Amino acid sequence: MSKRCEPPATFAPAPEASPLRDRLRSALIGAAKAAGVALGLAFPLLAYRTETDFSNALVLQERWAAVAAIALAAFVVRLICLLIPGRTKAASSPRRRRAEFAAIVARSRRLISAAGLASLIAFPLVVLVLLGPARSLKWIDSYGIQILIYMTLGWGLNIVVGLAGLLDLGYVAFYAVGAYSYALLSTNFGWSFWASLPIAGLLAALWGVALGFPVLRLRGDYLAIVTLAFGEIIRIVLTNWTDLTNGEAGVSSIPRVSFFGLPFIAGPEGFAAHFGLAYSPIYRVIFLFYLALALALLTNFVTLRLRRMPLGRAWEALREDEIACRSLGINTVAVKLAAFALGALVGGLAGAVFAARQGFVSPSSFTFIESATILAIVVLGGAGSQLGVALAALFIIGGSELLRELDWLQHIVGEGFDPTQYRMLIIGFALIVIMNWKPRGLIANRTPSVFLAEPRLAAPALAEEGRV
Amino acid sequence: MEIFLQQLINGVTLGSIYGLIAIGYTMVFGIIGMVNFAHGDIFMLSTFIALILFLALTQILGVSSVALSFVLAMVAAMALTSLWSYMLERLAYRRLRKSFRLAPLISAIGASIFLSNLVYVLQGPRNRPAPSLFDAVIKVTHGGGYDVTLSAKQILIVLVTALLLAAFWVVVQKTPLGRAQRACAQDMRMAALLGIDVDRTISFTFVIGGALAAVAGVLYILYYGVVNSGDGFIPGVKAFTAAVLGGIGSLPGAVVGGLLIGLIETFWAAYISSDYKDVAAFSILAATLVFMPSGLFGRPDVEKV
Amino acid sequence: MRAPHTALLSVEHLTMRFGGVIAIDDLSFTAARGEITALIGPNGAGKTTVFNCVTGFYKPSAGRLALTPSGAAAPEDLLALTQSGRRFSETASGEIYLLERMADFEIAQRGRVARTFQNIRLFAGMTALENLIVAQHNALMAASGPGLWGLFGLPSHRARQKAAIETAKYWLEQIDLIGRADDPAGALPYGAQRRLEIARAMCARPALLCLDEPAAGLNPRESAELAALLRAIRDEHAASILLIEHDMSVVMEISDHIVVLDYGEKIADGAPSAIRKDPKVIKAYLGVDDEDEVDLAASGTRA
Ligand SMILES: Nc1ncnc2c1ncn2[C@@H]1O[C@H](COP(=O)(O)OP(=O)(O)O)[C@@H](O)[C@H]1O
Ligand SMILES: [Mg+2]
Repeated sequence: MSKRCEPPATFAPAPEASPLRDRLRSALIGAAKAAGVALGLAFPLLAYRTETDFSNALVLQERWAAVAAIALAAFVVRLICLLIPGRTKAASSPRRRRAEFAAIVARSRRLISAAGLASLIAFPLVVLVLLGPARSLKWIDSYGIQILIYMTLGWGLNIVVGLAGLLDLGYVAFYAVGAYSYALLSTNFGWSFWASLPIAGLLAALWGVALGFPVLRLRGDYLAIVTLAFGEIIRIVLTNWTDLTNGEAGVSSIPRVSFFGLPFIAGPEGFAAHFGLAYSPIYRVIFLFYLALALALLTNFVTLRLRRMPLGRAWEALREDEIACRSLGINTVAVKLAAFALGALVGGLAGAVFAARQGFVSPSSFTFIESATILAIVVLGGAGSQLGVALAALFIIGGSELLRELDWLQHIVGEGFDPTQYRMLIIGFALIVIMNWKPRGLIANRTPSVFLAEPRLAAPALAEEGRV
Repeated sequence: MEIFLQQLINGVTLGSIYGLIAIGYTMVFGIIGMVNFAHGDIFMLSTFIALILFLALTQILGVSSVALSFVLAMVAAMALTSLWSYMLERLAYRRLRKSFRLAPLISAIGASIFLSNLVYVLQGPRNRPAPSLFDAVIKVTHGGGYDVTLSAKQILIVLVTALLLAAFWVVVQKTPLGRAQRACAQDMRMAALLGIDVDRTISFTFVIGGALAAVAGVLYILYYGVVNSGDGFIPGVKAFTAAVLGGIGSLPGAVVGGLLIGLIETFWAAYISSDYKDVAAFSILAATLVFMPSGLFGRPDVEKV
Repeated sequence: MRAPHTALLSVEHLTMRFGGVIAIDDLSFTAARGEITALIGPNGAGKTTVFNCVTGFYKPSAGRLALTPSGAAAPEDLLALTQSGRRFSETASGEIYLLERMADFEIAQRGRVARTFQNIRLFAGMTALENLIVAQHNALMAASGPGLWGLFGLPSHRARQKAAIETAKYWLEQIDLIGRADDPAGALPYGAQRRLEIARAMCARPALLCLDEPAAGLNPRESAELAALLRAIRDEHAASILLIEHDMSVVMEISDHIVVLDYGEKIADGAPSAIRKDPKVIKAYLGVDDEDEVDLAASGTRA
């Protein structure tokens, strides 16, 4: 490296050529190896697609062009990687640039948050004005409300994973408890949404405590696996306890949310009639949007407040070093339980809103994939960062919905091309990439919870090395 | 009694498969202390690889001998699955060894989702039926209007498992790589100081784990006759349960745990409830981790302060 | 000469086994109130293991660890508590805690035992100030009800929070880190991290402070400052100190009482002047080239 930087005058051109040729050769060999590996990986899975014929026996369809493309791509990418010189070790300028960038983000964080909040509040009205009631339904419902629900879930899980550093792989269980609480209370006992909402939250929190108590002593990865097991157990019970839950078919005709008692229906007792408006389903959707927004903001507010309080600091300390916490007299089981219960409470509330939005719940909404999606939101956004989680929810859930819009690609790529299939593929890939390149997530700066002097940011370099 | 005997046979068959997968979990945990969550999906991947190879051999290359195709497909699947397992470690885990505690697990979850959806995208969502092979059935006893049977498949599964475990045992105990592997599992830093190539040893662990998972995959599809891209998850969790039950890090423990889980599952399904048979596995997993985290054969894990 | 002091911590017949290894074998000694008691011995002698038993991170295989923060326990009270199977009791002469029965956090919270670690355990991603405030967790929680009044910004919480910051500031000044209060603890230099860990332990207002090799890796000037700090802690903050240290200059200078361990057994126990002359100690410990020991301590990574 250092030789290369010296002025060329001190070197004759001849010795310069030989290392270059060597380098080219080794790069070509490396690229060939990569292509070989790609071939090996692609060989049966991509080369042949299994299809069932009339007699339900399997036949193979060949896709050799795709295999060749993959191998070629691997070759080219690897070659470029090997030929472009590696980053110099003493790269002080990127670090400084990164610090400057962090400072800019820190200063504008308030601004970003305020702008985000304003656009969230304005979103349904803007969409309504731009697209009219009929076409805006989808945007407010599938995009708006759904993103808000996941944002809430992300913020709820962020308490457990991001702040307390406990990896919970069964978070969807609490979401399910909340959703089924409202579904069953309303369909069996005629409870209203508003009466069921706190019950749904409390039941979920209770589950959180009941499940958390025995397992919170476990080491981190065991805890993760046990929570995964609990999540699956709840899903299987929901599937098989048909008397209560109607099994796989789910609970349907869950009453819609009312405007504090005024139902959103067409008749004279309805919301529209009461306010002298023409009936439209859009009012209900808009109301639900603001309801979900209120819940999300409440979660955010409580979390931000808690971070500046003893409990929240104990969570973060726990994430940094549990043994040190115990040596300071912190009852770590109680502190973990509080995080678990609060996370579960938020999950339960979000579940009730979900049930009210869908009007239908079934076990298939509460699979491990759902837990993994919420985890991806937290991890991608930056464990511990409220803004990051919100943005990640926007990208992941908004992006997933956008994939649905891409079905016109069928005309190009071919029949049977379903872009939504790629959603989890991308999420899985993103999890690997984030852990390897930016383990603290996309927004990695931690704002200290208390200052003696100027508000400053934890140096990003250090925060990156930190633990989730 | 007859039902009991039949379930015993079925349980041992199933347990052999779980045991083979469990070794992959336990070896990786033993050496780098991580739960390789994607191992179940490596297993699922291998069933597809083997299935496709078998079809290619019989349909496209026209190999007429079923046994030959079977063996060839299995060996090739072992090699290709090992490659997947090796690349998984290289690309998704290696950089994370010095990262924070949970980073490898989160990456492994990502890898698990990625692999299962990759197969979903490449091979489609529907169940893939496999050609049925080795259909001979032996009637063992008869009683109470109930035949106790032992199929050729079951014999084959148990035999292949036993053979591979023996071979595996020799590799781990007798070869230099196996010795290096055990040394790293004991104390990675010390092993590195003594000049053992830790990276290579860890890669070797993943390769062996992948090969055994591929055997499990072949036996699985032979036994069940159908596979789906989502099939890595539940068998993966069950095999992990087996590893934990046997004492994670312990190789004999993984095999014993696998047999136990296989037996518990079949007996639970037969006598208690087949709807809840997965609940049994998950409950055992949770209970073992909570009450007996070092399992049957594992070393107790004292938290170093 | 100091006045004779009463026992704060009595270690009696402590034994700790790890599988076949006997790390501590039938060890008895006392740490007196208001004194600095040093625990010395070669690497692997079992010193850290004693700390881990005292602070509840390991359950001893056998033995009794009696802590009496406010006065010496009457023998009959101690006997009664031991036989009752309870963990602590209030007696006429003050509370008695049997540490071997208590959980680690309980020992810190009720017994007011604080410690540092041989390989520093700060909350690396949190600032120095936050580290010191986390140490006051229990006091803060008590003042803010179940910890939730702060959600609504109640004044009692705010007042307590202010007091916590003042305490933290005081200790940051004591350890000369007030200028770096808002820096992440993990970004501080090594010596500063060691001092911060001591300050963090002090913020928990301990009756007994256990320090595991606080001078390891410090330069001579830093070591001298550390000695002064420890003396100040003993004399001005009513905290007794149990000290593991390899740096003999520090140990001999500030200890009131020294216990020497070798292979898990006590080989000497007494005032520094006596220990210095003890032939057994010289053979087992000081006899080894002093420089080597210090080097070993600095580079040792074993817990
Ligand atoms: N968690 C543990 N498991 C097994 N052995 C341990 C453990 N902790 C300490 N030991 C053993 O106890 C002995 C004493 O160690 P330690 O107390 O750390 O010594 P010191 O602090 O005096 O250097 C050593 O032989 C060490 O290996
Ligand atoms: Mg020590």
